[in-house]
Amino acid sequence: MSIKDKTAIAGIGLTEYSTGTDLTEWALASLCIKNAAEDAGITVKDIDGLVKDIDDGWDCSYVQKTLGIDNLLYSSESHWGTSSMLNAISAVASGTANNVVYYRSRKGATSDKRSPSDYRVAKETMDDSISILRIDFYEPFGLVNPVGCAAMIIQRYMNEYNIKPEQMGSVVTGITEYGAKNPLALYTDKAVTMDEYMNSEMVADPIREIECAKGVDAGIAILITRAEMAKDMKQTPAIIMSAAQGAAMNGEFFTGYNQEKMTALPEMVSMGDELYRIAGITAKDVNVAQLDDRFTPMVPMQVEALGFCGAGEGAAFCEARSLPINTAGGSLGEGFMDSNRIVEAVRQVRGTSTSQVDNAEIILYAAGAGGPADGLIIRK
Amino acid sequence: MTIQYTDKPIPHPALWGIIYRSSTPFWEGIKEKKLLIQKCKDCGKILHPPRPMCPGCHSTECEHIEASGKGTIYSYTTYSKSPHKSFKAPYSVVLVELDEGPRLISNMVDVKPEDIEIGMPVEVAFDKIDDDLTLYKFKKAG
Repeated sequence: MSIKDKTAIAGIGLTEYSTGTDLTEWALASLCIKNAAEDAGITVKDIDGLVKDIDDGWDCSYVQKTLGIDNLLYSSESHWGTSSMLNAISAVASGTANNVVYYRSRKGATSDKRSPSDYRVAKETMDDSISILRIDFYEPFGLVNPVGCAAMIIQRYMNEYNIKPEQMGSVVTGITEYGAKNPLALYTDKAVTMDEYMNSEMVADPIREIECAKGVDAGIAILITRAEMAKDMKQTPAIIMSAAQGAAMNGEFFTGYNQEKMTALPEMVSMGDELYRIAGITAKDVNVAQLDDRFTPMVPMQVEALGFCGAGEGAAFCEARSLPINTAGGSLGEGFMDSNRIVEAVRQVRGTSTSQVDNAEIILYAAGAGGPADGLIIRK
Repeated sequence: MTIQYTDKPIPHPALWGIIYRSSTPFWEGIKEKKLLIQKCKDCGKILHPPRPMCPGCHSTECEHIEASGKGTIYSYTTYSKSPHKSFKAPYSVVLVELDEGPRLISNMVDVKPEDIEIGMPVEVAFDKIDDDLTLYKFKKAG
């Protein structure tokens, strides 16, 4: 039994992406879900399942009240990132529900504006999870936010493989070139030059401010339905070839420090292996990738973990532009949401990307670099 | 020093009113200037962070052994701007790989941020902050 080709993304729904909205996260969630139904050409009442991440958005039962959905056949919350997608896909593939929406609604930009010296905010930027590791073993030493946690992995990686700052710079110049063409990429007006990169400010060495995705106020909804039903809906369906997560025993958000080969991103490796196994393809078959760029130096590690090149070759791979990566400018351009990169994967299938890749047949999406990972492979 | 404090309290579990049963012996040890690492009584596996069951043999019987306190710097970062009201920037955080295996987040007591290097041999040093909190830190091994 496999989920291969059983489900499809039939609708995507966005709210405005902004650096500050008066709308509540409840309203953002309700709006993006309504927009996803409209995009797919179904009514909101056809939605019978809702899934979200535990750390953000508004509870499914509340969103049900604004949308006027009489009965939910399926609802769930997942502990990290878009492994919620896996819940939605599993619910549809098993026949538990027919039209399941995965939604995120966050006021990330608004929360970034609160005082960074307030440690309640510092805690919130740690994804709000009460974690023994963080509170007991990291925070007393000043490791208080995701950028510091990620920097620890990136520092080790750059040291192990003698990666030059310019090589990490090429990841930023590459992604922002795409972002500059995308009107929704509110944080990228123009492509960053190598000079700008090299002169940019450090946040947590070796991570620079220019390499960190900022928070955005937005709602994003992804509508999943059975593949054969999607064919009769309004849009070109994005068939889900595979979906998977990787969660190792010693894993933690950005802090899998006790994993033997920390810089190999072991959880991304196992997630990628599972994605390819289910889809019946290899990395060579992938035409476009949408990778986790909350901190862009994580991108070279991901292309290695996902089998696009060997260990230590990721930075050179990105520098050579060997694969189109984050063709809408990523989370760096559109703000940190992860699911905005699923939306771009769908645009590539539909042929509506602002940086459309010719013959984009198979698109890979990944999230959770440095911690529990999740991902998708979709096709026309 | 690679870390300096403001007059605001250092965040730690007691400040939040949280006590983790599994890591209590570890922190009790630190107060007595001992680096106690959890070890499974049945199969001898070293367990860090502490937990109530050994993932190797599923025993719930554990003991604590005093670690040598020696290790090497596995990685580090230096914050240029303070992300938190309790810490003054610039400050560095290190990831130390103990000779016994576990990797611990900590701070250096005697090395400037710019002199921290991956692979540097280090040994534990204890820093009594106040009656409630002693922290384990590291210094360059002699």
